[in-house]
Amino acid sequence: MKAFDSGPEKSDDSGIMHARRAFLQASAAIGGGLLLEFMLPMRGFGRTNPNAAGDGGILGAYVRISPDGLVTITSKNPEIGQGIKTMLPMLIAEELDADWSKVRIDQALSDPATYGRQFAGGSRATPLNWEPMRRVGAAARQMLVLAAAQTWAVPPGECQTSLGVVRHAPSGRTLTYGALASKAAVLAAPDLKTVTLKDPKDFRIIGTPQRGVDSPAVVTGMPLFGIDVDVPGMRHAVFVKCPVFGGTVNHANLDAIRAAPGVSHAFIVSGGQTFDGLVSGVAIVADSWWAAAKARRKLEVDWNEGPTAAQDSAGFATQAAALGPQPPAQSIARDGDVDAALASAAHVIEAAYSYPFLAHAALEPQNCTAHVQGTKAEIWAPTQNPDSGRKIVAKTLGLAEADITIHMMRCGGGFGRRLMNDYMVEAAWISREVGGPVKLLWDREDDLRHDFYRPAGFHFFKGGLDSTGTLVAFRDHFISFGAGGKFANSAGLQAAEFPARFVPNLDLGTTLIELGIPTGPMRAPGSNALAFAFQSFIDELAFAAGRDPVQFRLDLLGPPRVYAGFPGPNGPAPDFDSGRMRAVLERVAERSAWGTRSLPARSGLGAAFYFSHLGYFAEVVRASVDARGSVRVDKVWVAADIGSHVINPLGAENQVQGAAIDGISAALGQAITIERGRAVQGNFDDYPLLRIDRAPPVDLHFVISDNPPTGLGEPALPPVIPALCNAIFAATGKRIRKLPIDPAELSLA
Amino acid sequence: MKYSVRVNGAVQAVEADADTPLLWVLRDKLHLKGTKFGCGTGMCGACTVHLNGAATRSCLISIASLGSGVVTTIEGIGKTPVGKKVQQAWLDIDVVQCGYCQAGQIMSATALLTKNIKPSDADIDRAMAGNICRCATYSRIRSAIKLAAGLPMTDSRGADA
Repeated sequence: MKAFDSGPEKSDDSGIMHARRAFLQASAAIGGGLLLEFMLPMRGFGRTNPNAAGDGGILGAYVRISPDGLVTITSKNPEIGQGIKTMLPMLIAEELDADWSKVRIDQALSDPATYGRQFAGGSRATPLNWEPMRRVGAAARQMLVLAAAQTWAVPPGECQTSLGVVRHAPSGRTLTYGALASKAAVLAAPDLKTVTLKDPKDFRIIGTPQRGVDSPAVVTGMPLFGIDVDVPGMRHAVFVKCPVFGGTVNHANLDAIRAAPGVSHAFIVSGGQTFDGLVSGVAIVADSWWAAAKARRKLEVDWNEGPTAAQDSAGFATQAAALGPQPPAQSIARDGDVDAALASAAHVIEAAYSYPFLAHAALEPQNCTAHVQGTKAEIWAPTQNPDSGRKIVAKTLGLAEADITIHMMRCGGGFGRRLMNDYMVEAAWISREVGGPVKLLWDREDDLRHDFYRPAGFHFFKGGLDSTGTLVAFRDHFISFGAGGKFANSAGLQAAEFPARFVPNLDLGTTLIELGIPTGPMRAPGSNALAFAFQSFIDELAFAAGRDPVQFRLDLLGPPRVYAGFPGPNGPAPDFDSGRMRAVLERVAERSAWGTRSLPARSGLGAAFYFSHLGYFAEVVRASVDARGSVRVDKVWVAADIGSHVINPLGAENQVQGAAIDGISAALGQAITIERGRAVQGNFDDYPLLRIDRAPPVDLHFVISDNPPTGLGEPALPPVIPALCNAIFAATGKRIRKLPIDPAELSLA
Repeated sequence: MKYSVRVNGAVQAVEADADTPLLWVLRDKLHLKGTKFGCGTGMCGACTVHLNGAATRSCLISIASLGSGVVTTIEGIGKTPVGKKVQQAWLDIDVVQCGYCQAGQIMSATALLTKNIKPSDADIDRAMAGNICRCATYSRIRSAIKLAAGLPMTDSRGADA
């Protein structure tokens, strides 16, 4: 990887800003020929405005064109199943006017100096890269056109491009990108701010279904994932942590472990106090993972369990039940006078909602291969956030960040878990202690019991309706987790939470319980829980008002208007356009034939909407409940507005179907229960994931709007859970106010 | 202990403890990384291989119990006509999200279609319910099996929905 000067722009004597000399390079290709290499400092994005979209680094991209016309595009972000390795290069290839069938994709190393931030989170890759990646492709195209124009001594404006060929229209002459590569490589680069982007009506790749670029390797079993890494001389490690979060090792029977077959090392790691770092535990290193895992069975550890051993889920529920009726410790949003409005309301509805801790349960257990040699480290990791891992490794091992090379391996699922890099620093530490390359692999129980959980939460709602059935007062006392007035990771509630600003009298407040359990972002963090509570309670209000639940929501949204986002700790929250939400809600009602169906007994339809990650989603679920209370989801309808373009419709549909079923899977059976500071559930028997026989068909419809395209990894998930719970109410008359859904509550017996 | 393992048409000599699961023999001794570790308890299906043609969880079969059993993995399944067709259907339908479970899914689907050339939705449910897809690509898995079988790709379940 080439070093790249990220210093300030220089101007020459004429005062004209010009491109870096390092911007383009022609160099010898392996096997002969020339490569046209672009390294594009993304001026105008982030650089001039370091706070733009929270992405302060220099974005960049790397395009190579070989003489045979093969275009190699580097995909900068981690691939976790969201399809980014296909989608980001599509943006470049579109503006480059490349022939997609001749494009090859390379995965970038973690290299923030070249690529800016490289992460998979927040469904942000689309909004952050929609324009910058296209400008990369457009700049490359412009240079190829210029090279052709110079060759022919014609004005560039007379040249057109298509499928990797430049054509001079008046004379009919053509040159391929491959033939132009070496000539283009020595031209000055254009300013990315001034390159011309295509008229979207001319898009040939964006908006067309493209299959995943790694799928041929996946279906033939080629090594791609972190767990597949093989380094010569590599040993295998397991790392055993205290079952109680924050607990430390007092003593372990290391001599017995060292004597186990195949074991080369067993040692105690002291660790620190940060969960997303190195914590205390016992490392066992062997010549095979099986030998290390077998030796582990003989391990006896005397743990200092620490204060979290006094915490459990039942205790949190008891605390929440006591706190709920009290005034909140902190206010989040307040409009009008809720007490007065409730006192004069025609109907007052009150309900308490709760949801459990959840684990991410990515199918590839956490793993990392590391080779620390002296002051340098090479790391192969399935990670969503490599640079954060680099910083932790550097700090913990006392290495310079520049001396740590991180290969971003394909992730067997992410869901937010691999934004944390605890397994990376464990592997690096063990490698250094052992003095050679080590692959660390957690087992399923490690994975479920040492997660950064979706936080549990408790909501105490009150709603007031006037005599016309209009919502006039709304209150939520949210019992969440945190300390010192700060929410635990992903345990928050924002002032803009709907129906804030859509009801004249509103009071959102919170009281926090201290927590020793690590929490973190999980697919649609915050939203995946809040949607359930808020959209279910809104459904209760609709029924109390005697109104159709879709019509009640449309009335609540009212006429189309845009509310600006409130400033928050991570910058301003996004604007909310009620017109866009109305449109998807109306569309999903049409698609599902809402209000016109006659359904069998104990079957029902439920609706919900939710705005998250800049996406507007409305969903309808049809569910059936049998006599024993077992719930079957028959079908899901999704209407979504993610802006003007669905970049890869094939990938988009997969993400939405997956997210909807993911939400259903969680609602139907998942909970991590904390007992004596430990996570109880350990494998797929007690932490069930939905299987094919229960997975419903998902009907998807995009409402195209005149807005920049936004991401899809997350926003389809939140509304499916309340839509399901509302469907169960329609089917049975019973409200689901606590997740996961308990069939015993729905049984006719 | 020394063992001879029949994998993908070849006989391989392996030195391993008797209780070593076939999964770890494949992955760490024979460097066939396509077969995946997901749960270690036979509940997720990521480690599915064929043992004498039957879909089998390789995390639960010890090398000592393998005997002369014939093992086919994802790396070898494309040499069978059904396996090749299933892999192609997976690509045509674009089933994959993260892809981690898909080797096991393809092995289970190939075992199904080898015995049952025209599976119903209920047959697919029965044969595939042992394979978890955490990304939930189930709709496309169902479609790909039907495509490979030459069946219409409609989902007969909930047809009135």
